[in-house]
Amino acid sequence: MSAVEVDGVWKFYGDYPALKNIRLEAAPGSCLALIGRNGAGKTTLLRIIAGFNRPGKGQVRIFGKEPRETETRSSIGFIGHGISVYDELSALENLKLFGALYNLPDPHRSAMEWLERTGLARVATGLVREFSRGMRQRLAVARAFLHEPRVLLLDEPFTALDDKAIAVLQRLLREALEQGKTIVMSTHQLREALELASHVAMLNRGQVAFHGPCTPEMVSDPGYVYARYGEG
Amino acid sequence: MGFFRQALVIAVKDLRAELRTKEAINSSFAFALVILLLFSFAFDSFEETTQQMAGGLLWIVFAFAGTLILNRSFARELPNDCLDALIAAPISGAALFLGKAVANFILVMAVELISLPVFGIFSNVHWTRQFPELLLVLVLGSWGMTVIGTIFSALTVNIRLREVMLPMLTYPILIPPLMGAMQLTSGLVAGTPIAPDTVVWLKVLVGFDVVYTAVSLFLVETVLVG
Repeated sequence: MSAVEVDGVWKFYGDYPALKNIRLEAAPGSCLALIGRNGAGKTTLLRIIAGFNRPGKGQVRIFGKEPRETETRSSIGFIGHGISVYDELSALENLKLFGALYNLPDPHRSAMEWLERTGLARVATGLVREFSRGMRQRLAVARAFLHEPRVLLLDEPFTALDDKAIAVLQRLLREALEQGKTIVMSTHQLREALELASHVAMLNRGQVAFHGPCTPEMVSDPGYVYARYGEG
Repeated sequence: MGFFRQALVIAVKDLRAELRTKEAINSSFAFALVILLLFSFAFDSFEETTQQMAGGLLWIVFAFAGTLILNRSFARELPNDCLDALIAAPISGAALFLGKAVANFILVMAVELISLPVFGIFSNVHWTRQFPELLLVLVLGSWGMTVIGTIFSALTVNIRLREVMLPMLTYPILIPPLMGAMQLTSGLVAGTPIAPDTVVWLKVLVGFDVVYTAVSLFLVETVLVG
């Protein structure tokens, strides 16, 4: 069974089709890099996979189930364009909040463990609004990984990250892949993404222009896919 | 985690965030205070007609001041895209709605209970004479206002002019419970207990609260996810 299956998905904004008959699969333990120009539909597709929006046509399955099922939502970790943590709460309070919402047995212990892993333990009780940009981004990573999701959906995860946050995220993503977790990430940072990716899908104007394994040519020359399958 | 525990987690989070910033409650209370003060200058508090209008004046203040709190309800989730994280979490939209509604209700009630003594002083109204019944009316009226405000706050959260849209959408729907609350409050602050001829307004309040709470709980998932 596929970890993520996108079957004939269309999405319309008014009459405009933002996604046209998208068919993609990600096997358990694989890492699928979604690439494409701005406006190609990457974020729209990821939001549909995450269950934030419903497709106009077609369906998405996460381990064979609907994304909005409670059990499915427990198995998804999402990092979007925003950090999705509250400025008015402390780092610890934020993670304990999401730990409670994800029904973790000991939210405090899990929160402290992830603050430790992301290098934020010393500022656990500090309010997020007082954090630097890099610290906020690491907290966002901790929030997404807190409940040990089986599927990670990452929308431009490396964009605007500082060096330390990139290193933390890459280490965590490698560990996740070693543990058999599935990653689907949209990205413009081809070099960072293709180092992790086992498969690549390129979207072009809402359609899949290429979907296949990540080859050595792609890793050595990140522009290869664009040159071959894109519009140049 | 059970439905009510999920709602409690959301309510505690909202109240904690509000108590740290005080942005909604401060503006709401300041607004209520100013309007009550202006009413005390505009109307002679010793006139009998003013006493008869007391309930109406009070609920006009509560409705406008409450909107300032309700406007912030889902808008609070917009910075940092926190609403995405809540929608992604394995909690039902109904639990999310109920938690937010409870937090809003507590804040609205706090503003109302602080405003009442101020209203009593400025308008020469002895509001304590039927206080248990008055409290019941406040609770029922405020819950109706909160439920409508919270569901429309969810509906308008992604609209650019949401601060304008929310009152435009909520006030017409709130006319029946506000009429009931005004009628009952006017009698109660005048020292008249709820009688058989006014109990119909209490039924209107209860009916409104039950129907709109049920409808909101049923619809909120569609409102949030589409």
